[in-house]
Amino acid sequence: MTLARATGVILAKELRTEFRSRELLGTTVVFVLIVIVLFSFTFNPTSTESRRFGPGLLWLAFLFAGSLMLQSSFLREQTNDTLAALRLAPIDPFSILAGKMAANFLFLLLVEVILLPVFAVLYNIAILPVLGQLLLVLTLGTIGLAATGTVFSAVAAQARLRELLLPLLLLPVLAPVLIASTEATIGVLRDPAELSLVWLTFLACFDVVFLTAAWMVGEYLLEE
Amino acid sequence: MPASAGLKLQFSEVEKRYGMRLALRGINITIAAGECVALVGHNGSGKTTLLKIAAQLTRPSRGKIAFYSGENLVSLEEVKSQVGMVGHHTLLYEELTAEENLIFFAKLFGLADPAQKARQALEPVGLASRASDLVRTFSRGMRQRLSIARALLASPGLLLLDEAGTGLDPEGQQWLAASIRRLRDSGCTILMSTHGRNETQTAVTRAIRLEAGKITHDSGAAGDPKKILVMAAVRENGEEGEA
Repeated sequence: MTLARATGVILAKELRTEFRSRELLGTTVVFVLIVIVLFSFTFNPTSTESRRFGPGLLWLAFLFAGSLMLQSSFLREQTNDTLAALRLAPIDPFSILAGKMAANFLFLLLVEVILLPVFAVLYNIAILPVLGQLLLVLTLGTIGLAATGTVFSAVAAQARLRELLLPLLLLPVLAPVLIASTEATIGVLRDPAELSLVWLTFLACFDVVFLTAAWMVGEYLLEE
Repeated sequence: MPASAGLKLQFSEVEKRYGMRLALRGINITIAAGECVALVGHNGSGKTTLLKIAAQLTRPSRGKIAFYSGENLVSLEEVKSQVGMVGHHTLLYEELTAEENLIFFAKLFGLADPAQKARQALEPVGLASRASDLVRTFSRGMRQRLSIARALLASPGLLLLDEAGTGLDPEGQQWLAASIRRLRDSGCTILMSTHGRNETQTAVTRAIRLEAGKITHDSGAAGDPKKILVMAAVRENGEEGEA
C-alpha cells in the first residue's frame, strides 16, 4: 500500500473517531477561548498595543491548544494497544505519523478558525482585509505545530509521566515556530499590512526539515 | 483457508533485553510451516516477548528471526501482510463499530472490497447482527471474538495468539479451538501462548516450555505435546494452590 493511501486511511479513521466523540475539539475550543478572554481582561490592550502584543498572545493560545490536543494523539492508541495493530499492518510506519499529523493539523486549524473572530473582537483588530495572508501564516505555523507535536506525542506516550513530558519536550522545540509565526502575524496585522517573506520562508523550512526528520526516524519512534 | 501458504520461522540466538532484565536468552527454534505450537510457562517467562518478536512489534537485542515461504527467504516487509495477531489487548477502536474496525484494518492490509471482507469476517464469529454497534458496547467475550476476526481478516500464513481464549466462554473456547484446527489443517502456521488447560490446546501439534526467557522443554515437531502441556498445567495449578 502506498504511503499516501495508508495516510489517507488513518486520517479518515482519526476524523471519524474524533467527530464521533468531539471530546478533544470541544474541550480544546473552550480552553483556548478562556485563555484568550483572560489575556484580554488581564492586559486590556489599546488598539496599538493589540497589534503589537495580540499576535504573541494568539500564538501562545494556539500553543496551549496544541499541547492539550496533541497529548491524546497517541495516548488513545494505548487504550486497547491499537498502535500495535497499526504497526502490524503492512504499511510504511511514517504513514501512521503522517495520518495523525494531518488530522492534528486539521483539528488545530479548525480551533484557530473558530478562535480568530473572537480574537478580532476582543482585541479590536480588523482581520477580514488580511484574512488570506493570515491564513497562510496560520497554515505554515500550524503544520510546524502539528508535525512537531505529533512526533513528540509518540515519544511521550511510551514514557512514564507522559502528561508532563509532552509540554516539556514540545515547548522548547516549538520556540522557533512561535517566534516566526508571531513575527509574521505582527507583519500581517500592521497598518499597512506587510507579509514577511523571511519569516514565511523560515516557517516553511522548519516544516520541511521536521517532516523529513519524522519520515526518516518514524519507524524507530513507534517502536516499544 | 489462508490465502498465503504457512510460513516457516527460524529464531537464531534470539535475545531480548529490557533495561537490565533479560526477557529472552539464546532462543534457537525452527517452526515449520503448518505447525501449531503452544508456548507455555509462568507469567514473565518470555512468551509474549517471543510472540512480539515474531510479529515484528519489537526487535531482538541480539540474534535474528527469519521467515521462509517454502525454501525461499521472505523479507520482513513482505511477512507483515501474512501475519495475524491476537494480543493481550483487543487491538480494536472502541469509538468505531465492529464493521468499521474491520473495514479500517482491511484497508490497511490492502484487501480488495474491504466492506465485503468485513461482513464475511463477522459471520463466523457470530457478530454479524452487531456489525453496526460500537465496540465499547461489547462484552469482553464479544471483543475477543472481534479481535480474532480482525486477526484472520487477511487470511494470514502465520497466526500469533497471545492467550487468545481469555474472556471467551466455554462455547467460545470450543469455537476458537475448532477455528485453530481448521487453520492448522489448511497450512497456516500457528504460534500461541497458553495458560493452564483449555480447549485451544487440543489443536496443538508441538509444545515449548519457557522459563525465565529460556526454552526448557520442547516436544519437537514429531513429539507428543501433551506431556509438556500437562506438566505446565500441573505446575501452574500447584502454584495457584499454594498461593
